[in-house]
Amino acid sequence: MMRSSEDIYTLLEEVKDPEIPVLSLVDLGVITNVSVENNQVNIEMTPTFVGCPALDMMKQDIKDVLAKNGMNHVSISVSFKEPWTSDKISEKGRKALKQFGLAPPPVGKNLFSDIDVLEHAACPRCGGSNTSLKNPFGPTLCRSIHYCEDCREAFEQFKPL
Amino acid sequence: MNDLAIKELLYKMADDQLILGHRNSEWTGFGPLLEEDIAFSSMAQDKVGQSYALYTILHSLGEQEPDTVAFTRNAEQFHNSIFTELPNGEYDFSLIRHFLYDTAEIMRFDMLTESSFQPLAELAVKVRAELRYHTLHANTWVKQLGSATEESVARLQKSLEHALPYALGMFEESPYEKELIETGVFAGEKKLQEKWLVKISAIINETRLQLPDLSTLQPVSGGRIGKHSEHLQPLLNEMSEVFRIDPTAEW
Repeated sequence: MMRSSEDIYTLLEEVKDPEIPVLSLVDLGVITNVSVENNQVNIEMTPTFVGCPALDMMKQDIKDVLAKNGMNHVSISVSFKEPWTSDKISEKGRKALKQFGLAPPPVGKNLFSDIDVLEHAACPRCGGSNTSLKNPFGPTLCRSIHYCEDCREAFEQFKPL
Repeated sequence: MNDLAIKELLYKMADDQLILGHRNSEWTGFGPLLEEDIAFSSMAQDKVGQSYALYTILHSLGEQEPDTVAFTRNAEQFHNSIFTELPNGEYDFSLIRHFLYDTAEIMRFDMLTESSFQPLAELAVKVRAELRYHTLHANTWVKQLGSATEESVARLQKSLEHALPYALGMFEESPYEKELIETGVFAGEKKLQEKWLVKISAIINETRLQLPDLSTLQPVSGGRIGKHSEHLQPLLNEMSEVFRIDPTAEW
């Protein structure tokens, strides 16, 4: 059966970020192109952070899901032509992050002309911005650590990039 | 365009990132605060990942696999600046090195976003964005500790004076400098050093630290041509120890 690239995108919804199991790679925005020629599936992807250690796992998970659906000729290339930024996370992905307890990154802001973006991340619990940045580095490369003064609890944000 | 010129540029950048990345990783478990432990560990992961991306470009130009290049060369085959291989010392030295190095590095990648060598220009856009977190971190702590107590100011000042001749060695020119500039691959070490000086001066002026007159300092160079301090080979031995036990192992 011939599959279209749309079919592949739908199947890739099943492949989740290994570190954030509620977020698909499609919603994360790391899949930059899918093409199908005869039986050959070509996927282009780009990492969130250059040193992301989950990249190989993501590639394997993509192959596993496509193999399960009968596609065994899959080639995946990694490219920086269209570099990932946090604005590539879909609206659905942002909601999933918030439900997971991770503050989604602010959209469309130039992080370093506006340091408040980092200093006052919106708390994923109460939605308030009475928060402070504890550490621009967190448990994974893509997360920072914050504290909500109202909830009196720490939280993490998916870093704007 | 001359491949040798581009390779030389890529090797020195990749080796800088790998070696300083390794030094940063030595703070894992030893940071003065948990936050600093995490910060240096995260920066280590970024830098080693960025070196991997640069070695991957080198591989596409006919060099060996990234792991082979990273783990099987000896000290004299590395092109990192001596600055990056110096031991971490106390936290004040590590912080000052992080500040002086990352300020140069983000500007280098910023210049390279305009490179005529497309794969490097594409990667530079990405790496520049990541390094903003590194310079934010360095600037925050230099400003804070550079104006805090007598002890913190004195320690940073001493480390700054010790580090600067080595930092100037980062800008050791390539034998292909003229060619890189003329072909639009990289605007050159001199230009980079000028931009770097403006930036570090601006940050230091916000503190009680004093920047010495750089023209009186003798740069510690040699790293770019494989002449290293006694500190690099032991670092390489440790870094490649596991790899060398079984280079064919699948991970």
